[in-house]
Amino acid sequence: MTAPALRAPGAPNPPDSPDAAVPAPPSRLRRELRAVHALIHRDLLRLSTQRTHTALMLIQPVLYLFVLGGGLAALIPHTTLGVGYQTYLFPGMLMMTVQTPAIMVGIRLITDRQSGYLRELLMAPVYRSTLLLGSCAGGTTVAAVQGAVLLALAGAVGLPYDPLLLALLLAGMILASFTITALSLALAVTLRRPEVFHMLLGLVMMPLLFLSGGFFPIENLPGWAHTLAAANPLAYGVDLLRRSIALRVPDQAAAAGLEWFGRQPPLFLEAGVLLTTGAMALLWAAHRFNRPE
Amino acid sequence: MQPHAGDDAPAQATLLTAALTSPHTTTGSAPESAYAISTRGLVKSYPGPDGTSIHAVRGLDLDVLQGETFAFLGPNGAGKSTTIALLCALARPTAGQATVAGADVLSQPDQVRRQVGMLFQHSALDTDLTAEQNLHIHARLYGMSRRHVRRRVTETLEAVALADRRRSPVRTLSGGMRRRLELARGLLHEPRILFLDEPTTGLDPHARAQVWEHLRTLRDRQGTTLFVTTHYLEEAENCGRLAIIDGGRLAAQGTPFALKAAIGDDRVTLRTGDDPAAHQVVRRTAPPGTITTLDTGGISLRVPNGSSWIPRLCAALEAHGIPVQAASATPPTLDDVFFHHTGRSIHTARTHPTPATIQPTRTTATTEGAL
Repeated sequence: MTAPALRAPGAPNPPDSPDAAVPAPPSRLRRELRAVHALIHRDLLRLSTQRTHTALMLIQPVLYLFVLGGGLAALIPHTTLGVGYQTYLFPGMLMMTVQTPAIMVGIRLITDRQSGYLRELLMAPVYRSTLLLGSCAGGTTVAAVQGAVLLALAGAVGLPYDPLLLALLLAGMILASFTITALSLALAVTLRRPEVFHMLLGLVMMPLLFLSGGFFPIENLPGWAHTLAAANPLAYGVDLLRRSIALRVPDQAAAAGLEWFGRQPPLFLEAGVLLTTGAMALLWAAHRFNRPE
Repeated sequence: MQPHAGDDAPAQATLLTAALTSPHTTTGSAPESAYAISTRGLVKSYPGPDGTSIHAVRGLDLDVLQGETFAFLGPNGAGKSTTIALLCALARPTAGQATVAGADVLSQPDQVRRQVGMLFQHSALDTDLTAEQNLHIHARLYGMSRRHVRRRVTETLEAVALADRRRSPVRTLSGGMRRRLELARGLLHEPRILFLDEPTTGLDPHARAQVWEHLRTLRDRQGTTLFVTTHYLEEAENCGRLAIIDGGRLAAQGTPFALKAAIGDDRVTLRTGDDPAAHQVVRRTAPPGTITTLDTGGISLRVPNGSSWIPRLCAALEAHGIPVQAASATPPTLDDVFFHHTGRSIHTARTHPTPATIQPTRTTATTEGAL
């Protein structure tokens, strides 16, 4: 109500008569959809109330893009990357932007469990999987919204505001957000303590980012790093965005990123890998989450 | 509220007896049973350390009537919250069965949850969101349409007198306000049964009274069944019926009036100039078999019709030259009922979880129980 723009098209308003004291009970599917929508709504409301927090989360990639990117741009010749360093860095920074809110979803599941809010959610007469799906959808939406904000900087790194390019980049970010959110949730239902979650993140986040191809091409790294990168969901996300740019703006095509046995996998296969990984993680998380106490 | 409870006592007691003598008549899944909640042999065990199991609830038989206010009284760790989790279909019972609002908790958990509201002991609200937003999200989780949500949010906020704070972020609300907001949240989907786990713990007396006022209005207007766990005796006193739970087992259930009447004897307390000597006199004067105790609070004994004993005891003490400073006869309290069934005071159990650390005044009480 306070955020009319946030209404999802997926949950249509049933035509209640205004005088009806109690509307007819909605169908099972509709109730489950409303529960999913409720959780997306919660995430978007939080996003709109925590403006400072959101702004701070956006500052980091912007700093990387302009301070690190600007500083290194002069040192790294165009020829090694095929593009200017800032342009090269852009997909990586988009991924960094969506990755933070996506990972937050898992942390929130744990804190909600500790604060007791999760129990309130579990009291709702819906499947537990629905609640997990709602959290995942909420996280993905929030991540995509933040990614879309950063997308506005495309012009500053020399990319055109081509609607199809922006749509492709947004689609790539949504897909990657979904996968990261699902992985984060899978981790959250396994680890019950937030400290362990934070420790694990601190341990793997840096290698994941560096092996994503967001900061520098993976091809210059030794063979084992290639293997690790091939198992890194962030690498697929970055590669997806980079190749979307190459598709629409061929003169800004950067050096090849991810490789399977020395060959670049087809674009749709990369997207498929991300989607499958996300779906599997979500299914597994739902399976764990469904266990009755 | 208390006289009302007393009036209902005979009828409810009859129903209860009927239920206890023929337990199988109520376990059917008839949707319009006289019972809002009915359990038989409910057990919940958790795996403990070293392969042992912790029994939180051990074979509970409960019957709660439609529209009644039922108190679940017990010290911390007695199994109150576990029982509520079982009745709300949040946890699965290890054994036994429970029917809540006409639905079986094991086979129809969703139906149970649609009909019950819940106020957890440590409830949680999203503190970054406003009162209204919290309710809105919760109502949508229950599958209500937007129009219905808007109406119910307004109604429930008005019902708990928070309509003027609807746009305030929850973090700016006081403890009592938050509790009332949680109450509103529990009522959004118009539950037939409302579970309240220690609803007033941590609230000041004023806020406690307010919460109870809202609960009474709710019961009177909507006929909602209230299932309240508490360790406040005065709150249990205000309920139509109560059950005493201790160590996962039901120690007693009935109306406060009936439970106190079952103990019967009044507590007579005397303070004299020489308590130890007076104790001897009182023991000789009182009817044989009467338990008399001596502690720092004076001499106390349990006798039927206590006030009529005061003149006799005083006369006997005067005859021995012992001056009587004070004498009182009090009818049994719920604490006495609790003590009678569990062997300790609820206050003792609350502040001192292990019997080894019982206060001196209660040491005599324990010997009384042992006798």
